Amino acid sequence: MSDIKDRVRAYIVENFVMGSSTFVLNDTDSFMDKHVVDSTGFLELVTFIEDSWAVTVEDDEMIPENLDSLANIEAFVSRKLPALPQAA
Amino acid sequence: MSNGIPGPRSLEIDCSAEVDRISRWMVDVVGQQLHRRGVVLGLSGGVDSSVCAALAVRALGEKKVFGLLMPEVDSSSASASLGGRVAEQLGIEHRLEDIAPALRAIGCYRERDAAIRAVFPDYREDWKSKIAIAGGAKGGVNFFRMIVQSPSGEMFDKRLPIREYLQIVAATNYKQRLRKTVEYFHADRLNYAVIGTPNRLEYEQGFFVKNGDGAADIKPIAHLYKTQVYALARHLGLPREVCNAAPTTDTYSLPQGQDEFYFSLPYHQMDLALWSHNHRIPAAGLASALDIETEQAEHIYADIEAKQRTTRYLHLQALLVEPVFVRPPE
Repeated sequence: MSDIKDRVRAYIVENFVMGSSTFVLNDTDSFMDKHVVDSTGFLELVTFIEDSWAVTVEDDEMIPENLDSLANIEAFVSRKLPALPQAA
Repeated sequence: MSNGIPGPRSLEIDCSAEVDRISRWMVDVVGQQLHRRGVVLGLSGGVDSSVCAALAVRALGEKKVFGLLMPEVDSSSASASLGGRVAEQLGIEHRLEDIAPALRAIGCYRERDAAIRAVFPDYREDWKSKIAIAGGAKGGVNFFRMIVQSPSGEMFDKRLPIREYLQIVAATNYKQRLRKTVEYFHADRLNYAVIGTPNRLEYEQGFFVKNGDGAADIKPIAHLYKTQVYALARHLGLPREVCNAAPTTDTYSLPQGQDEFYFSLPYHQMDLALWSHNHRIPAAGLASALDIETEQAEHIYADIEAKQRTTRYLHLQALLVEPVFVRPPE
């Protein structure tokens, strides 16, 4: 599951801080509090999530509890993904 | 305000004193600092530009104020006619410049419609459209909905993906930027300064187009809340339609209030919210004033701060590696 956090972190570092090597983003850091993702950035992030995991983010799911940290996104995307088929 | 709760009186001003203060300031900055011979401004028929024109006439006299009416295909039919009435009442020289042909030539409508069609494939030129904001005032992330109307009156509504949203806004920003280009043509030929007409709600929350309506030499009402601008309009004796007009964007073909497009709240509530935020009133005080839950007031404060962060770059001049003017020009 850490794959989700790693991919989102890589996307943010590459696109929002221009690949800065000094930028640190911990799993529970609020993007808003760190001023790294603004309103437009959240819309970009939603598109990235929808494209990367083939999920649809509904209007009422566009809330900080789902989107405002790597950990929140991981939990949110994990809930959205279809359950893996059980081994026979 | 009493007991930390803002109210309608929080926004009261002495209109006569404020008009005198702005007039004295305008005389000083236009002549002594900008070294220009008068002022140019666009007249939309809205309260902000009408008040700015009336203030300029009070300060400089009607012969030193030049007004521009600049409609395009999505402008309300009332905007140019009301702008013209304001100019006539104030006795200022004015000119009608239809900017639609230039907008069409540069691709404003084509680029906008291409982005709309990516979301609504049936959309055609004879359909109407607008954008509405959602999310932020309810504690969510701000996002934008596209609303279109077919010629038969059928309405369709979808959330805009980021790419299409940015392209639609970029295309419509041509309107504000072209208007400013026309204003500066006349300012240059007359050796005048250009007036920008944002009120405090627009200025503080970044509701303007960089190098479009955000570009100007002076901004005489940027410190005034919208309620105060309306008060000045009445004090200055502007036409009743101007004093009573609801704020609109006048940018999209469907009727669109500024609250729907950007602010999330009607202007009189947004005024109180921004005033309270600026005066560090706790969210509970704002909640009492607006008769809402404290949690919603907290969302409104968070939304104000998010908009200020997102639009900070609109206020910035081009950034330099190091200061260039070792001795600033006097």
